[in-house]
Amino acid sequence: MEMEFVEKARAGDMRAIAKLISYAENEAPEAVEALQKLYPYTGNAQIVGITGPPGSGKSTLTDKLVKELRKKGKTIAVLAVDPTSPFTGGAILGDRVRMSDLTLDPGVYIRSMGTRGRLGGLSKATSFAVKILDACGFDYIFIETVGVGQSEVDIVKTADTTLVVTVPGLGDDIQAIKAGILEIGDIFIVNKADRDGTDRLVLELEMMLDLNPQKGEWIPPILLTVAPQNQGIAELAAAIGRHSDYLTRTGLLQSRRKERLETEIIDMLINKTTQHIIRRQSEGGRFEREILRVLNKEIDPYTLVTAIFEETFK
Amino acid sequence: MTEKRIRVLVAKPGLDGHDRGAKVIARALRDAGMEVIYSGLRQTPEQIVAAALQEDVDVVAMSILSGAHNHLFPKVVELLKENNAGDILVIGGGVIPDMDIPFLKENGIAEIFTPGTPTATTVEFIKNNVKV
Repeated sequence: MEMEFVEKARAGDMRAIAKLISYAENEAPEAVEALQKLYPYTGNAQIVGITGPPGSGKSTLTDKLVKELRKKGKTIAVLAVDPTSPFTGGAILGDRVRMSDLTLDPGVYIRSMGTRGRLGGLSKATSFAVKILDACGFDYIFIETVGVGQSEVDIVKTADTTLVVTVPGLGDDIQAIKAGILEIGDIFIVNKADRDGTDRLVLELEMMLDLNPQKGEWIPPILLTVAPQNQGIAELAAAIGRHSDYLTRTGLLQSRRKERLETEIIDMLINKTTQHIIRRQSEGGRFEREILRVLNKEIDPYTLVTAIFEETFK
Repeated sequence: MTEKRIRVLVAKPGLDGHDRGAKVIARALRDAGMEVIYSGLRQTPEQIVAAALQEDVDVVAMSILSGAHNHLFPKVVELLKENNAGDILVIGGGVIPDMDIPFLKENGIAEIFTPGTPTATTVEFIKNNVKV
């Protein structure tokens, strides 16, 4: 079944691609088999992360950017990540509203994903979804994620190029430092740049970026856009292209991807190991009883963890 | 391990701009633990079906108040079948006269929820009828 999906997905069948991403989201065993087959075909897409505060216009900007790249004949997949309710597990995923026009374009695939309880604004399955889409031949993969503060850092681990979107009027310059977003942006976008306060925001961003101790050869550009009017979109597409060239030319692309693989492999190992240990410890309600013992101070948690660790790995 | 979540596309076909009902349903389904993808207003049947396929939803829930339901709802069912996605549950709501409901059901709409239906009824119907 899943092998049939793999071939169809590679041939561009949207439903097959969608099914594979669902397997990954549901942590179905089919996902692993499919990813094993697809992995050799990955590595050709440019992965672009787009983050910024709610209401900064990420979806509209993505919509315009996709249209700009489509003019050049590129194919694009968009992963729109929105928060899952921690209380019910449900989610309302509304990013498609701004991208309606793209729905019928055969060169564009859009998928909405809930974070499903994962901190950091990115769903656990996002990196799997990126691999599936990459192997299916998309030229660009956009990951759009709601960003409020430190959680955007997760994107950097998944994207080659990270766009940080901001808008005038959110607060003073301290907000920008507090948010910790300056270190992760490869390109900064001041959207809604027809509003008051744009000049000041640009100035503040320039100063902050200038103070960044990790400054390298790439100086992150600050671009002004007014997405609904398509202003600044062509310049943004050009900047993404320049960043891609820079990554390739300096060998950074390879080293970033190597770091990313390391993180992913460690994550997978942690997941598998934890599941294995919990499954074994839970047999006959043992884990539950041990936790009660800790609660009643019969044993301390550090001794318990050491004991479980030694039992598992000896 | 995560269990499979029910994914629902809430869509507004046709030309009316009244999406209060669609938003109430979206909220109720979310609170019932489902992942709701909201399409936005004035979607053509073709757009709705393309979105349903790309999002791999289990349910398409459409709301319409313009009176064009007899044309638009069956068209969505037909296009889903053409794309080998006849297994997706299709339901509808909005201002729909009782006399039209038998025709819609004959044409593949699993259930019609008219104004005044408690949201819990819709949630239950989806949970009982979705093919997961």
